[in-house]
Amino acid sequence: MIRFFNVTKQYARTGTAVQDITLHVGKGEFVFLTGASGAGKTTLLRMVYLEERPTSGEVRVSGTSSLDATPGDVARLRRKLGIVFQDFRLLENRTAEQNVAFALEVTGAAKATIGPKVARVLTQVGLASKGTAYPRELSGGEQQRVAIARALVNDPFVLIADEPTGNLDDRATRGIFQLLREINAAGTAVMMATHNLELIRRQEFRTIEMNRGGIVFDSADQPRVAREL
Amino acid sequence: MRSLRDALVTFRRAPLLSALSVTTIAFSLFAFGLFGLVALNIREALDRLEDRVEVRAFIAEGTPTETIAIATADIATFPEVLSARTVTQEEALARARRELGEFRDVFEGAVLPASIDVRLKPGFRAPASVRSVAARVNTYAFVDDIRYGEEWIQKLYRLRNIAGIAGLVLGLAFASVSMIIIGATIRMAVLARAREISIMRLVGATDSYIRRPFLLEGFAKGVMGGLLALLLTWMARLLIDRYIIETVFFDQRLAALGLLFGAMIGLVGSAVSVGRHLRSV
Repeated sequence: MIRFFNVTKQYARTGTAVQDITLHVGKGEFVFLTGASGAGKTTLLRMVYLEERPTSGEVRVSGTSSLDATPGDVARLRRKLGIVFQDFRLLENRTAEQNVAFALEVTGAAKATIGPKVARVLTQVGLASKGTAYPRELSGGEQQRVAIARALVNDPFVLIADEPTGNLDDRATRGIFQLLREINAAGTAVMMATHNLELIRRQEFRTIEMNRGGIVFDSADQPRVAREL
Repeated sequence: MRSLRDALVTFRRAPLLSALSVTTIAFSLFAFGLFGLVALNIREALDRLEDRVEVRAFIAEGTPTETIAIATADIATFPEVLSARTVTQEEALARARRELGEFRDVFEGAVLPASIDVRLKPGFRAPASVRSVAARVNTYAFVDDIRYGEEWIQKLYRLRNIAGIAGLVLGLAFASVSMIIIGATIRMAVLARAREISIMRLVGATDSYIRRPFLLEGFAKGVMGGLLALLLTWMARLLIDRYIIETVFFDQRLAALGLLFGAMIGLVGSAVSVGRHLRSV
């Protein structure tokens, strides 16, 4: 589903961000991506949705290769992915419903299908009653739920979450994480970058630790007890 | 349909910025329009002067009238010739008196030669064509002398060429400035919607889908700016007519061409602006 083959990413000004990574994320997996700031987590995730192309090596996601993907291929791939960020990235002048519907409108979904789909995902994230609220009227946790609903509305095969709880308090963090678990239980793979080691320790999900652009630990390769995160 | 709605929404969401854009475009196209008006009037004036390009073949005294008539009919069949007319000695005298007005008495009792006056078709009034016709007319044995104001025609054509080149250079300069201004105003609109654009890309909207409303917006701004510029140019022309000199204005075809030009500038300016933004994010 998601494969990295000896992927290296270098920037002209800041140097190497990701160093020789080979990785496979299978269907329906839940993967934590952790490591210090600057370890390369965000760059790795950006390469999954082809926002960045590797300097060398290849990223292959659901049949789309970083080596030859056209802008049209990238757009089509992203319709099959859900992406969530720490800063929510909602449109302030649109309601929760409109923010979610936006993802369908701009990808040419039939008008008649938009309303029911939006209602379904808002219910799924527990915001059925707040569809007409604007982002400023919602708490941080609720705004992140709207962002997750928007990411889910196209039924993605993987949800990419880059520090989704970074701006939230403990209670909201637990709520969002519980939601991601439920989404994963329904069959959607989740790749989540986080600094929250407490959250990782409490779970049995696959954990990949990065340092200076490389993978220094992958629980899929080593027994969890072999390394204390 | 969505693109059209989005383009219109931009006008509603940021009326001040939109008005500013249209006004800026209008003024830059107005400068272009004023220049166009000057160029058009220079061309009109040159065309009027060019109408007066004429080859005059003076006929030797004593040439039989029949010979002159046959030669005149023959010259009229030259492909470059619009008309050929015989001017008798009496007609030549009357014309000279008419043209000299208060000095008409100078010609009291004078004898002026008869002539064949040859007017040329448009497109055959360049110095080389005129010279060639004059040379052929001069082959008739009864032609004493031939005049066609060679120096004057050369000056006229030099002026016309200079006006044409200056028109092209200034026109391109004004067009470039207009395009840069439109590009900058669209860039402002693009930056105002940068967040929306980044989200569109993340959820899988294609670049052409993102680009379309901006192109429509640029097109609409170009047309509106063009209309306003046309109105301003027309008002300027009224003032020039009243206080300085009578001028001609663009005909419908030229006005439509101007609007189309505005629209194209808007479209190209937008395309460049949005393209640059999409490449940079």
